[in-house]
Amino acid sequence: MRKKGSSLSKFGYLLPAIVLMALFFVWPIILTIYFSFTNLALTGSAAANFRFIGVENYAKMFSDSSVKVSLVTTIFFVVFSVVGQTILGFTIAYLMKAKNKIFRRIVGAIVLAGWVMPETVAAICAYTFMTDKGTLNEILGLFGIGMVSWLFKYPLLSVILANIWHGTAFSMMVYQSALDNVPEDVMESAKMDGAGKLQTLFGVTIPIIKDTVLTNTMLITLSTLGTFGMVYTMTGTTVQTLPIFMYMRAFKNYELGYGTAISMLVLLIGAVFSIFYVKIQGKDMDK
Amino acid sequence: MREKREKRIAYVVLTIIAVIFALPLAWIVLASLDKNASLAVSMPDLTGENFKEVLTNTANLRSFLNGLLISLGAATIVIILSTLAAYALSRYEMKHKKMFMLSMLFMTSLPITTVMVPVFKVFVSFGLYDNLFGIVLFMAASGMPYAIWMMKNFMDAVPLSFEEAAWVDGSSRFRGIIRVVLPLMLPGIFTVGIYTFSGCWGNFFVPFILLSTSEKYPASIMLYQFFGQHSVAYGTLAAYSAIYALPSVILYVITQKWMSQGFSMGGGDKG
Repeated sequence: MRKKGSSLSKFGYLLPAIVLMALFFVWPIILTIYFSFTNLALTGSAAANFRFIGVENYAKMFSDSSVKVSLVTTIFFVVFSVVGQTILGFTIAYLMKAKNKIFRRIVGAIVLAGWVMPETVAAICAYTFMTDKGTLNEILGLFGIGMVSWLFKYPLLSVILANIWHGTAFSMMVYQSALDNVPEDVMESAKMDGAGKLQTLFGVTIPIIKDTVLTNTMLITLSTLGTFGMVYTMTGTTVQTLPIFMYMRAFKNYELGYGTAISMLVLLIGAVFSIFYVKIQGKDMDK
Repeated sequence: MREKREKRIAYVVLTIIAVIFALPLAWIVLASLDKNASLAVSMPDLTGENFKEVLTNTANLRSFLNGLLISLGAATIVIILSTLAAYALSRYEMKHKKMFMLSMLFMTSLPITTVMVPVFKVFVSFGLYDNLFGIVLFMAASGMPYAIWMMKNFMDAVPLSFEEAAWVDGSSRFRGIIRVVLPLMLPGIFTVGIYTFSGCWGNFFVPFILLSTSEKYPASIMLYQFFGQHSVAYGTLAAYSAIYALPSVILYVITQKWMSQGFSMGGGDKG
């Protein structure tokens, strides 16, 4: 290979991207860590006396019962969304195998449409579907079931269902391509050995696509963890997942320092999943 | 016999799932065309008034324009910077290249929501708060890791020999990039551009935190405000939603052209 350009020029190509990311992405992450140890505030006496307060925010956080509630809410929201999207996405992908092409296209397009929608539009769709005078209650009415105030009585369930509806297409696509790559002869030989459909599914297919299941789970967990717009548009601050709770404390109560301590909690949970994800993906890089 | 029954069950189950998935979306389509739209899905009393009302309102048009400005601006910056970065990462030997790529992947998957409080603080201190250009910069920065990751994969697929041929003809490295690499990178550039655009177009939280003047609101925030009003005209709300969602749908369909080779893992949509 002929050498062109100095060794400095390679950094010249990289530099603008690095500067932009450093200023607007990495720096805020570092500040998150720093601010979480301060009394940073927007108004009041604390705003004038900005100072380092050690682990005070964290101590407050661990004794704050609403943080615990919020953490539990977040776990419910994330776990049920992820499990729901995974099972539903896989089921659709699995059942669609070897079906009529036009039928597959139509079903696929409908599921995808909910995913492609901007978050706010998806939230409004879900809201109108589940609101008191919405489509869901109309349908239940046809079966003689009285009106249920889904959004008020079961707000967490409502946002979980909405999130599953909005996100399933991603898992469906991932599992479709994973299932397409399962070698036909492996399936055939399992069938020859007299394995039933379910046996083949759990004994052969799922072990083969294990890595895909893991990667997909990491990705949807991470995107669910950061969900704000969907929950906020549908239920305001009723369902207090950590991002909503963080927003309230930081921007409604003007406690930016405390807000960043809550951000740190989410960031740490996110970082753990991210590291797992990078580890799985990084394996492929060595090939 | 059993096979046949299983197949029939699969068709029934898929049809039920499809109908359930379609119902929330059906509301937008039907209500936007309905003179007396309500919250439930119903046969519309056909009218084009809702769309006319949305499209003749200056504030609405401005919100679409703001969204366009943010998304196009961020996509442009991301395309240029990530192409340059990917070139360096793909063509040069580098000591910590793997580490760098892995940190890009790590940043790709971190929820943006978590850094918004300090970003807000930084923006206030630098006078970038309530500034559309500030939003463009932040969106570009947060979209960069994934763009670099994708762009490098596209760049790796462009053979070096083509470029070397251009050098033999007397081109400089930079001219080689423009003349040889860029044309071959077009599918990658479009994919990254569309991905960034759609991400910005749909983003709610970033402008929600960083903007305060309603004249600067992009469509995502405008729609939220509209939805939160006490007496909402549902037909207009649905029409606004439909127009706002349209670019996302169209761009998605376009990317399918390039991604038809099989869905590639990585990234995912972020809230």
